[in-house]
Amino acid sequence: MSQSYDRGLIEDFGRWREFTAGMWAWVFHKFTGWVLIGYLFTHIAVLSTSMQGAETFNSTIQGLESLALVRLLEVGLLAVAVFHILNGIRLLFVDLGVGLESQDKSFYASLVLTGVIVVASVPTFVSGAF
Amino acid sequence: MSTQTPDTETEAEQPSSTSPQQRRMEKKQAQKDQREADEAAAANEIEGETVELKVFRYDPEIEGKEEPRFDSFTVPFEKGMTVLDALIYARDEYDSSLTFRHSCRQAVCGSDAFFVNGRQRLGCQTQIADLDGPVRVEPLPHQDVVKDLVVEMDHFYDQMESVDPFFDPDETPDDELEEQRQDRENREKVKLSTRCIWCGACMSSCNIAAGDNEYLGPAAINKAYRFYMDEREGENKRQERLEIIEAEHGVWRCQTQFSCTNVCPKDIPLTEHIQELKREAVKQNLKFW
Repeated sequence: MSQSYDRGLIEDFGRWREFTAGMWAWVFHKFTGWVLIGYLFTHIAVLSTSMQGAETFNSTIQGLESLALVRLLEVGLLAVAVFHILNGIRLLFVDLGVGLESQDKSFYASLVLTGVIVVASVPTFVSGAF
Repeated sequence: MSTQTPDTETEAEQPSSTSPQQRRMEKKQAQKDQREADEAAAANEIEGETVELKVFRYDPEIEGKEEPRFDSFTVPFEKGMTVLDALIYARDEYDSSLTFRHSCRQAVCGSDAFFVNGRQRLGCQTQIADLDGPVRVEPLPHQDVVKDLVVEMDHFYDQMESVDPFFDPDETPDDELEEQRQDRENREKVKLSTRCIWCGACMSSCNIAAGDNEYLGPAAINKAYRFYMDEREGENKRQERLEIIEAEHGVWRCQTQFSCTNVCPKDIPLTEHIQELKREAVKQNLKFW
């Protein structure tokens, strides 16, 4: 037997156009999961300014909230968190073996619902920043 | 005189160049040219609808073919034509070195799983009419290519065999000839899982199996499901099977991407079976009573 040929990346993310719903759900779930873990550390960093007294904490929060970029990132954070929660519920049903035939529809539903919630939240998050 | 020497040499060689062997080779060459011209003419003469195939070619043993490439074949379209039919036509009419596995042509033997237009499908089960042209046929991804569309299946078979894919009851009846009947409900439960034809499409589509070579893969887990759920085997064998299923590279590697379920040519609900085995594993380990 001669050596076999490894076709490399054509078999992986280069094929993203051909990904199906379940695959996208997995990719997004991984991505949002890592974003949330990353956020957790910045969250702890901001919260721990309260160790230096209420004044420091207040000024930090006010300083951050006055930045338009932070407000936009908050909208992004909400999108990430909401999708992760909704897809998590979807995965719970998958684990329970409920409705596996409509797993693609439930993925699309969680995407749409995320979109709706995020759009609805924009006025609240962005008001006064611009 | 020295400049004349090569001339005399060529003159001396002249008669040998028209030796019988040389003449035969020339004749063969002429025949080959004629045949190629005929084939080219035949290709141009195809009337009616045609299909363009782009087929992955690679042959490590032939010089000039070690670099993978795509060859185009234009094949006359017929109603009901499958990808396998088109490949067979291309091989028979244009290039006899085009290599692919096939046998039954009716989605039973499981030997012609290819990567057609970006998806694992059985060549014999895929209608050309359902595909966008040109039809791109590649060997199954995540498996080593031996030649053209033929992939190395050894690893897949190893995984299949590692789950003991055979009926193995704890106790056999005293009379060897006595039937060991399965009740209808139980048969119904394992029915879909028995459809597997070992084509390897699911394993090839699985992103986890691609990254973790030790992962059993959907087909093997489905096989394990078929026998784990069989009520005739008895508690000891069941426990043994569960240990294989819930091992490190067993059922828990599945991350429910549903790729295997999407590509299975026999429509086996693979993810559902894997999930059910996960629940079984949890239930067996969380027994408080």
